Amino acid sequence: MKLHLRVWRQSSAEDRGRFEDYELDDVSPDSSFLEMLDLLNEQLLEQRKMPVAFDHDCREGICGMCGLMIDGTAHGPVPGHTVCQLHMRHFKDGDRIVIEPWRVAAFPVVQDLVVDRGSFDRILQRGGFISFATGTAPEANSILIPKDRVDTAMDAATCIGCGACAAACPNGSATLFTAAKIGHLGHLPQGQPERYQRVMGMVGQMDAEGFGGCTNVGACTSVCPKEIGQDFISQMNRDYRRAVLGRTGD
Amino acid sequence: MWRSSIGKKIIMAGTGLIWIGYLLVHMYGNLKAFAGEEAFNHYAESLRTLGEPMVGHGHALMIARIVLTLSLVAHVWAAMVLTRAAQQARPTGYARFRQASGNYATITMRWGGLALGLFILYHLAHLTWNVPVLTGEYEPGNTFDKLVVGFTNPVNVVLYLLALVAVGLHLWHGSASFFQTMGWRTAANRQQIRFLTGVLAVAIPVGFAVVPLAVAAGFVA
Repeated sequence: MKLHLRVWRQSSAEDRGRFEDYELDDVSPDSSFLEMLDLLNEQLLEQRKMPVAFDHDCREGICGMCGLMIDGTAHGPVPGHTVCQLHMRHFKDGDRIVIEPWRVAAFPVVQDLVVDRGSFDRILQRGGFISFATGTAPEANSILIPKDRVDTAMDAATCIGCGACAAACPNGSATLFTAAKIGHLGHLPQGQPERYQRVMGMVGQMDAEGFGGCTNVGACTSVCPKEIGQDFISQMNRDYRRAVLGRTGD
Repeated sequence: MWRSSIGKKIIMAGTGLIWIGYLLVHMYGNLKAFAGEEAFNHYAESLRTLGEPMVGHGHALMIARIVLTLSLVAHVWAAMVLTRAAQQARPTGYARFRQASGNYATITMRWGGLALGLFILYHLAHLTWNVPVLTGEYEPGNTFDKLVVGFTNPVNVVLYLLALVAVGLHLWHGSASFFQTMGWRTAANRQQIRFLTGVLAVAIPVGFAVVPLAVAAGFVA
């Protein structure tokens, strides 16, 4: 298939950046979106031009490195997919595709389509963990947790931190990411001792990084490759309210 | 609490709830128009004598006005700060952007809210400050007559009905957001909240709309 690509090119964080148009022939419908970009880069190298920089790692949909705005939708048109798991069969021969980096102030563009998501790391550093005296591995099932709680915690823990939620949010809000990270620990007994410290710290950092606030649009869930639900946001809001009002006794 | 984004949302939720409560009371009062001139005027007067003799004449009404004004100021303040934060969170827009979710109510919250604010001023000018061009000539002291004369002016009726559409949209997203922001929405009660907020968003505008429509149609005269 033949494609007309409009790709954001920006040589560095200081460069103003611009779109450039490329024609790409002989793209297999069975190739992934990233393989299509690999093909584009080979073509650019043959023409002695700079290849397009884009983030990727596992190409299995589990690492959260890849993430592009494809025709105005984060991770492209197929719900529940990362860009690496998006295949060209979802596009038509002769399509024009606009490819942009995440546009969030807290994710500054490093080069072309690569953004720095260090802001997510800093949110995690404010409580996305449990303080635990590591020793030998504990006996399995020494802490009994109901199955439904484990499942809910696991739903939240599937977050790969790709940043699509903030990228698709009309407010540039990292609420779904933060809520998922708070939620997966909040549903487990191990997460309880630091539960309210965690929500205060992580929400505080989320605001400090310059993300916008949530207006309950739900765009984040729609584009989330792991389809993490809005319920975790409600849970985070509840924990935050309790923490602020000092009503943390359950 | 007022420093954080979620804290501001809690402020918006709380002040929004105060206004929803007010709308319900206001709607109840309006519907008294169907009980006739005497009942309606009696109700209007009783708003001033509410709580007497413990509360002075008109004091309960004044307290309500102060609470509502302060709520509105807090609501708008939080909305403005959050809107500004949202704009700063994405200084460079996308060349192409498809909103992945949300309906008309969701995307009109900010401008719709502003439109409602302007309507409130117009509405006060019409029925509280009695600006003659809007109110028309009515029998002084007769609130029922003021209502009827006002809504025989089609401009007032049309603007009122348009504002009610905005009220419905704002309530639809706003009341659902209330539960989400307070953290009371769960997987278990999602459907009930959807139903409740849907009913609120339809019932309140309809409850308000029937009065000017009845006046315009001559049922209430």
